[in-house]
Amino acid sequence: MNALLPRIFLRFAGLSLLAVGGAGAVLPEAHRQLVEGEHWFTSSQFAEIFAIAQTAPGPNVIVFPLFGWELAGFAGFCAAALGVLGPSSLLALALARKLRENADSPGLKRLKRALIPLAVGLMAANGAILARAADTNALAAVITFAAAGFVVYSARSPVWAMAAGALLAVAAERLGFL
Amino acid sequence: MRRIDLFLGFFKLGALGFGGVGPLTRRIVVEERRWLDEAEFAALLGLCQALPGANTCNFALMLGDRFCGPTGGLAALAGLLTAPLALLLGVASLFAAFAHNSDVRAALFGAAAAAAGLALGTALKMLKNLPRDAGMWGLAGAAFVAVAVARLPLPLALAALAPASWLLQGRGRS
Repeated sequence: MNALLPRIFLRFAGLSLLAVGGAGAVLPEAHRQLVEGEHWFTSSQFAEIFAIAQTAPGPNVIVFPLFGWELAGFAGFCAAALGVLGPSSLLALALARKLRENADSPGLKRLKRALIPLAVGLMAANGAILARAADTNALAAVITFAAAGFVVYSARSPVWAMAAGALLAVAAERLGFL
Repeated sequence: MRRIDLFLGFFKLGALGFGGVGPLTRRIVVEERRWLDEAEFAALLGLCQALPGANTCNFALMLGDRFCGPTGGLAALAGLLTAPLALLLGVASLFAAFAHNSDVRAALFGAAAAAAGLALGTALKMLKNLPRDAGMWGLAGAAFVAVAVARLPLPLALAALAPASWLLQGRGRS
């Protein structure tokens, strides 16, 4: 068996248990561990894998199996998916009944409210780290800025912003600007 | 409620939820399938936001578990992830096959720049919805600086900021 697979599983299992406030909130830590710690990806590869995951529908967590795919093919995909979903799912199922019975408890409500500002800061950190990796020239910076504005001011699917950014970059490349 | 219904309901959510599944979850679970009413939906989603892991995955698990036990939870989770993961494998294989094409390289470059913008825009929208409270904005800023600027490990940042945020939420309450 590929010796990388248990390491992939453990990395992603650890990340999933740190994901307070959703998958986006743990991406800066994923960047720290996978790019700066393990050197499994360059920073720009990390940003590109995130972009590919955004082209598929579904929850944002699907970016993690894609990291595994880039590292070790289909086996890596499965190891990362099991890692990122397994421990947190077992925890959710184990606590499901107890949590449902106490859904109105002041402590749980307080915990949920306490996590909101942290999730906002972590999502912003995610954007900043991705922008730092992706924006290696002025065109990319303009695309990032425009896409952020699109999300804030338009109710349309963000897939349109991704498509526009991709087309703009292809046009720039064909015209010799890239 | 049967497990196959859970699977199919969440399959639709996964297959149609481009750019995040948040708003669509409410539409399918509350309006279309009428599995939960508004108050039950908000309560269950709130629980999932307090748990570690992907919010929508935990939501599928807990909703399925509520109606059909743990296997119902797994049926809902499998439904949610089947279409996105299959599509993702297809897209990733295509990119791998054309990785050296200069148009594909450029498209990916532009898409990565846009995806960074999507994350920033999502954060701005979350910030707009944050209560106008100096403490909460300060904590959001501190989380940003700790993780994006100081590049502290997340467990360390959370160990410092989560208790502070917890205490802040207790302010003014008995």
